[in-house]
Amino acid sequence: MFKVNIGKKILSANEEYARKNSSFLAEQKKLCLNMISSPGSGKTTILARTIIELKDKIKIGVIEGDIKTDIDAERIRATKAPAVQINTDGACHLSAVQVSRALESLPVEDLNLIFIENVGNLVCPSSFELGENGKVVVLSVAEGDDKPAKYPGIFAKSKVLLVNKIDLLVAGVQVDFDIERVKADVLKLNKDIEIFTISAKSGEGFADWCDWLVKSVKALG
Amino acid sequence: MHETMVAQSLLAAILSEAAKQNATPVCAKISCGAFDAINDETLCFAFEVVGKGTVCEGTKLEIEHKPIRARCINCEEPFEFELSSPTCPKCGGDFEVLPSEPLMLETIEFETE
Repeated sequence: MFKVNIGKKILSANEEYARKNSSFLAEQKKLCLNMISSPGSGKTTILARTIIELKDKIKIGVIEGDIKTDIDAERIRATKAPAVQINTDGACHLSAVQVSRALESLPVEDLNLIFIENVGNLVCPSSFELGENGKVVVLSVAEGDDKPAKYPGIFAKSKVLLVNKIDLLVAGVQVDFDIERVKADVLKLNKDIEIFTISAKSGEGFADWCDWLVKSVKALG
Repeated sequence: MHETMVAQSLLAAILSEAAKQNATPVCAKISCGAFDAINDETLCFAFEVVGKGTVCEGTKLEIEHKPIRARCINCEEPFEFELSSPTCPKCGGDFEVLPSEPLMLETIEFETE
């Protein structure tokens, strides 16, 4: 028997593609955000509304990740923004090589901001870098305020937290969700995270979120 | 089930080293951070499946889980992070959570003929 020291990152093949994507996007001066959440938190609705609200300010393109169907890409195309659908055929997260190919199908030079909508899952996508500038985690109030405690990884690694569906937090609707608990837990994991409370349905909170996006795009020059 | 892709990447790394050493891998030691959400049973099963028919058939995995570390901003004391404890256990100060350890292939033990 003999032992060999390796000391190598297991996901280095994915990271190599992520680095390639990241340097391509940096060269092109494009902002790229990787959106991660549970299924049904409202990622696609948020994106569609964001695209429409910002249509005169910044050009947005979307890479859509889903196990099956191109329903989400169609929803984005209905806003007139370019969208590429990736079907993972069972895989629970996007990998950097898939994003690399999708970037070739987007008119990147005409865009300011590229959103990657990851497969709905709070666990797996957080371990796979795609070459993005930052992760945006979405938590809708109907999912419960214990999610940062249960899935700390994604909240620790994200640049932005969007608390969505806050229109449900009205008297008479049975949603137990303590926003202050979520903020306290998330800030403990990640003191630099930006938190926006929004409703993609009513548009509440979108002004601040959209301002942040415009500012972040401008910061790239 | 991201363990499947982890298992595939791990297999590729071990097979490449096994070819270099021209030996059979008996045991591979890997480490991961708590934020990687690796489930031992799932990863071992996925590795068994992807390794079938290769020199890694029967290779054991030893998985070390590294805790989330934090450091006090006030007294710089490093400690293990718990969401339930709001302050530094030594001085009660505010702290920052340190980046999670990456998934690493640490060592491989090979059988000599």
